[in-house]
Amino acid sequence: MGDYILLAISCILVNNILLAQYLGNCPFLGTSKKMETAVGMAMAVVFVGVMAGVITWLVNKYLLVNFGIEFLRTITFILVIAALVQFVEMFLKKSIPGLYAGLGIFLPLITTNCAVMGLCLININEEYSFLESLLTSFAFAVGFGLALILFAGVREKILLARVPKPLQDTSIALVTAGILALTFFAFKGMA
Amino acid sequence: MAKTIVQEFTKGLWDEIPPFRLVLGLCPTLAVTKSVENGIGMGLATTFVLLGSNILVSALRNVIPSKVRIACYIVIIATFVTVVELLMQAYTYPLFLTLGIFIPLIVVNCIVLGRAEAFASKNGIAKSMADGLGIGIGFTLALASLGAVREVLGAGTILGIPVFGPSFEPFKFMVEAPGAFVSLGLMLAIMNLAGKK
Repeated sequence: MGDYILLAISCILVNNILLAQYLGNCPFLGTSKKMETAVGMAMAVVFVGVMAGVITWLVNKYLLVNFGIEFLRTITFILVIAALVQFVEMFLKKSIPGLYAGLGIFLPLITTNCAVMGLCLININEEYSFLESLLTSFAFAVGFGLALILFAGVREKILLARVPKPLQDTSIALVTAGILALTFFAFKGMA
Repeated sequence: MAKTIVQEFTKGLWDEIPPFRLVLGLCPTLAVTKSVENGIGMGLATTFVLLGSNILVSALRNVIPSKVRIACYIVIIATFVTVVELLMQAYTYPLFLTLGIFIPLIVVNCIVLGRAEAFASKNGIAKSMADGLGIGIGFTLALASLGAVREVLGAGTILGIPVFGPSFEPFKFMVEAPGAFVSLGLMLAIMNLAGKK
């Protein structure tokens, strides 16, 4: 049990998918201007990330490895994720309209979010068991959400500050992200 | 739309150079630019995929129904990524290991899908080729320059050759994640100062 807790903490903080593994930076910068969009994106990533992690693990084990066609992994995973996103979108629209409205346009954007694809690939490369994959997918997604929401809070403050002209917008956001990454970097001492 | 092929090519090198002008494809930019060599490797792999997918998308642009076009583009892109992955595994194995997970992740690099959707699906094959090549080479240049900054400061070398004396203490911050964000942010600021041509 202790191992699982350690694994979860390492995925959320030490190996934070955004700030230590550099995955999912486009939505990180794109949706962090407002707290609302950041929360929507974070929720969508947790939701789809966990499902994608589990499904790609099963597909990899029972389809790709079973038939010896691992070289098709990239193509299969992206198709699985794209189909999953479509399916989740249709399902939510029909049965849980409230959640669908909350996630809104962030769902389709997830297809090209490399954090989701990245965590699926990490699970396979690290040869995690099924339970471990389930846990790491969730932990990575939560880590993504945590970093995104923290960053959105900082960015809302930056809007009020006077920033030198060349540094405005994305540039200052990246420098701030660097400082945020520095705080997460400190967790490396824990491992 | 009256641009010549040459203009389509050169716009990728300055006016629309990713990731400085088009802020897309940030993950590989941040992750692999610890050294110049990695930057160039990643840039060339992406260029290959861009060129291939642009040509194919442009050739098939009248065949693909617009409702399922994104799915079709992704399959085309994923095919080229698989080709690059297998080629690199066969011929540049050390680089393949260093870039690791970021080679399959070219599939979700927004630059590639962005060019397919915004350019190749609306233009002829020759122009799409020029566009793919230009953006790809621009991306390679950007990665190489960012890699150079981080390698010189973070390891004191350039392409593996030491540039400072033995007394130089490497600036570890630059090769780690925080340094990646800060140096890319400052590069963007410099590009903003330099302005458009």
